[in-house]
Amino acid sequence: MATAVQTVERENYLNSTYGIKSWLLTTDHKRIAMLYLVSITAMFWIGGFFAMMIRLELLTPQGDLVSSDTYNKLFSMHGIIMVFFFLIPSVPAVIGNFVIPLMVGAKDLAFPRVNLLSWYIYMLGAITALTAMVTGGVDTGWTFYTPFSTTYSNTHVIGAAIGIFITGFSSILTGLNFIVTIHRMRAPGLTWRRLPLFCWSNYAAALIMVLGTPVIAITLLLVALERAFNIGVFNPQLGGDPLLFQHLFWFYSHPAVYIMILPGMGVISEIVTCFSRKRVFGYEFVALASIAIAVLGFVVWAHHMFVAGISVYSALVFSLLSYFVAIPSAVKVFNWTATMYKGSIRYETPMLYAFGFIGLFTIGGLTGIFLASLGLDVHVHDTYFVVAHFHYVMVGGMVMAYMAGLHFWWPKISGRMYPEAWAKLSALLVFVGFNTTFFPQFIMGYMGAPRRYHAYPPEFQVLNVLSTAGASILAVGYVLPMIYFLWSLRYGELAPPNPWNAVGLEWMTPSPPPTHNFDETPVVTWEAYDYESQPQEEVTVGH
Amino acid sequence: MATSDLQIAEHNLQHHFADMEQQQETSTFGMWMFLLTEIMFFGGLFTAYLVYRSSYYTAFVEGSQKMNIWLGATNTAVLICSSLTMALGVRAAQTGKPKLMVVLLLITILFGLGFLGIKAVEYHEHWTNHEFPGPNFHFETGDPAHPPTDPQHTEIYFSLYWAMTGLHALHMVIGVGLVSWIIIMGLRRAYSPSYYSPVEIVGLYWHFVDLVWIYLFPLLYLISKKHG
Amino acid sequence: MWKNFPLFPERASALAWQVDGLYFLLVAVSAFFTLLIFLVIFIFAVKYRRSAHPHPVQIEGSLPLELAWTLIPLGICMIFFAWGSLIYFQEARPPKGAMEIYVVGKQWMWKFEHTTGQREIDQLHIPVGADVRMIMSSQDVIHSFFVPAFRVKTDVLPGRYTETWFHTTKVGTYHLFCSQYCGTDHSGMIGQVIVMEPTAFQAWLSEGGASGSLAANGQQLFQQLGCSTCHRSDTQGRGPNLVGIYGKPVLLDDGRTVTADENYVRESILNPGAKVVAGFKPIMPSFQGQVSEESLMALEAYVKSLATPQQSEPAGNRLPVPDTSKTQ
Repeated sequence: MATAVQTVERENYLNSTYGIKSWLLTTDHKRIAMLYLVSITAMFWIGGFFAMMIRLELLTPQGDLVSSDTYNKLFSMHGIIMVFFFLIPSVPAVIGNFVIPLMVGAKDLAFPRVNLLSWYIYMLGAITALTAMVTGGVDTGWTFYTPFSTTYSNTHVIGAAIGIFITGFSSILTGLNFIVTIHRMRAPGLTWRRLPLFCWSNYAAALIMVLGTPVIAITLLLVALERAFNIGVFNPQLGGDPLLFQHLFWFYSHPAVYIMILPGMGVISEIVTCFSRKRVFGYEFVALASIAIAVLGFVVWAHHMFVAGISVYSALVFSLLSYFVAIPSAVKVFNWTATMYKGSIRYETPMLYAFGFIGLFTIGGLTGIFLASLGLDVHVHDTYFVVAHFHYVMVGGMVMAYMAGLHFWWPKISGRMYPEAWAKLSALLVFVGFNTTFFPQFIMGYMGAPRRYHAYPPEFQVLNVLSTAGASILAVGYVLPMIYFLWSLRYGELAPPNPWNAVGLEWMTPSPPPTHNFDETPVVTWEAYDYESQPQEEVTVGH
Repeated sequence: MATSDLQIAEHNLQHHFADMEQQQETSTFGMWMFLLTEIMFFGGLFTAYLVYRSSYYTAFVEGSQKMNIWLGATNTAVLICSSLTMALGVRAAQTGKPKLMVVLLLITILFGLGFLGIKAVEYHEHWTNHEFPGPNFHFETGDPAHPPTDPQHTEIYFSLYWAMTGLHALHMVIGVGLVSWIIIMGLRRAYSPSYYSPVEIVGLYWHFVDLVWIYLFPLLYLISKKHG
Repeated sequence: MWKNFPLFPERASALAWQVDGLYFLLVAVSAFFTLLIFLVIFIFAVKYRRSAHPHPVQIEGSLPLELAWTLIPLGICMIFFAWGSLIYFQEARPPKGAMEIYVVGKQWMWKFEHTTGQREIDQLHIPVGADVRMIMSSQDVIHSFFVPAFRVKTDVLPGRYTETWFHTTKVGTYHLFCSQYCGTDHSGMIGQVIVMEPTAFQAWLSEGGASGSLAANGQQLFQQLGCSTCHRSDTQGRGPNLVGIYGKPVLLDDGRTVTADENYVRESILNPGAKVVAGFKPIMPSFQGQVSEESLMALEAYVKSLATPQQSEPAGNRLPVPDTSKTQ
């Protein structure tokens, strides 16, 4: 196959044109993915800084590092930035944007200019929200519960809400682009049943983006109107119903959890098959599980409201449906595990992250069952148990998958290999640091420690200190890749077109790919993950 | 005409599509997805409306009685006519009659502006009656013998009325802008039977916005005094 | 041991055992599946590593396996569902005759009122071995009443009443938290629930500076606000006669029927036009902004006491020790 030398001189998407303008006005999905990569990385560090401040504050029970108002702003802005400006665009807008057209054998996404527009909208939203934060911050929590957010908070709620409102449209446009691309732009022979699972899971996530995001947009718009004009819709003093806000908010924000995790699941499906050199076990079930999660995800929102004063019978229905949505996730975990059976497994960094993902996502998913259970949820709702649960899914799951994907496709993105030893070290640090940070919070939560507390009873201190210690390890684990990825751009070994000897159209074009992705439109004649006919490499290439 | 048609097609085929047919199907499909988003966008407001209407029916009836049904009905008729001219305009583009298309779309815009004008008259009326959320928000039935039974929730009715019709009017303004753009491009002979998808998707958008009004009119103007 | 480093919350209510039981079962099942996945991955990763197993064996999948790991977890989940719902139903149904405490949450304190008239802030004294029902409302934003030792939590909403209840089983002092984020001093909106021996509780009641029972205060307000001019205890009033009405179904003028519960009484005071009783005109003015949450609760207690006119004491102070009515 192609050798490393070939890729050096070739024109590719990185060196075809130069200058800031050629990047800011590009319609190339690969360059737009890079624009997203830079922006969401910046947001990740801002959100991470807030997280670190939160953890430092919680070292002592008295709440003596920052004032309570500052603390409230810290966790609110941490949540808003991480959810809306990092996690939701992370895998779709960066990795998906780069890889999906390659995977389906297309020259670009269906609407390249809309794709660029979505990045500008994202930036406009991010700048609006950041401006609100710099000029005073917002203290409502990322959930904007009314009437606190509409009537009682004295912070920049409108700015933050409008920022999220704007960014929502970037998410909608990305999702729309993915759906249309996957429907209309597939290469000849690439049938739905041959589609890589990464496309399936992003397709499912895109459905939620298109159908869910407008609801949060209108809801936050109503919050802003309520603050500006006292329209009364969510204000009980004016006859409004604060629970209506929660219904509308969670109607998006619960499915949004699946926007965050589904693309990550897709990454794991690609990696587990590649590093086991096997077809995925039960392709149809993994693919349909993604769709099932997206559909069921829309009918479980009120499980966030079991103690909020909803009727007993509606709680019953939403509890039942919440169990149903857990099942497809479990199916995926079992199938990934079974994929490894009788495989030929390598332990490169992406696979290490994938191991981490499966383990942590399993814990995150199982603790979700605790929360779906009505009687138990009453006790653990709004405690650190919930905090630990969603960090296991969001950080242990999605961020792990994002890191896995970045390492996996980095040779394709940059044309360079990252330093394997450092990468393995960082994967280990992330895993250890993560568990040290968040596992104690399960215990603390069941003991009854409420979330969003600036000061807390002294009996929770030991666990909090442990948590903060873990967070420091985690931080190192995230700083390392930042350094070595940048380092590799200049000093990394040149990457061959297919360093992992993986199956998939994206590996059949040079690294980095040319601007038009493929010199000739590929024709697909093989099934997905056809590792049987892919020749086994004789020596390990590239490292 | 045939050569220029081909030239227009070639000129407008984007590099990542195989042929015009794929491009056209793709853009239409994209617009349908966008309309799904729009449905959910309005859906949030409709949900809020339905929740309050079912809980505070009497209050909503009192609010609805302040609506000018004749203006609302006229506007409904205006929009239905505009949908007709829009559909005929798309047909004209498809069959290669650019001049006819421009004329039909101009009529569509006139209808659209007419709608907005009538809406502005209604808005002005509500504004002077203090039926607008803000410091002077105050609902009166206008009949001293029948004071408002539940003014608080009638005010929520008006808030929702403004939010829903306001959002709809904003969509109308955008629609008028889009149609104007199509007219300008049409005057430059940009479209042909093999390339008219911009006309088609703007048409889809226009019909969608009309359709929203078809739901808004009965929900806001025609609430019966009898429950149910 | 574990005095300064406890790993498990105390159990002080009858329901706590059930919640913990479900929790232990879930922990066991979760631990089993987590270990299973970890172990299987570990075994596969070692046994089928590249150097030991260079040639993978392609397997498409297996329908029986897929069905097994779809249906078995679903079956297990249904057990959790049933048990969890059972507990939730018990939590949602306070027993008849439970002792009632009125709670007002406000930024950032808890205010409690006993039906016997005692008022407390951030502290709640209750007897052991009693069913206690909390009737809660918020003066501003959403709060949440959370006592970890009782395993109960219910949001406290502005503009309506929510309720929760528990049966105390153990004397002691327990944390009371606000668990719904409510602004600046959210973490300061904490307090203590002090569960006492019945005799000690009686002693505490008698030393408290209560100025008449809640219902008596409500009756006074009922006169002061002029409610009694229309809501007369005969059929001549311009408003409905309130005697015996509490807890009963009421026919409205638009044909609907509602139950005259705490939330209906509240709405009828604050927003009388919303649900007018059949046969009456919507002439009652709104008392929105004129009565505080505390006054509302006193009025509620009074209306409730009218439901059982033969008793001088409002219904529902079922204490383990008799002779409670004459403590003031």
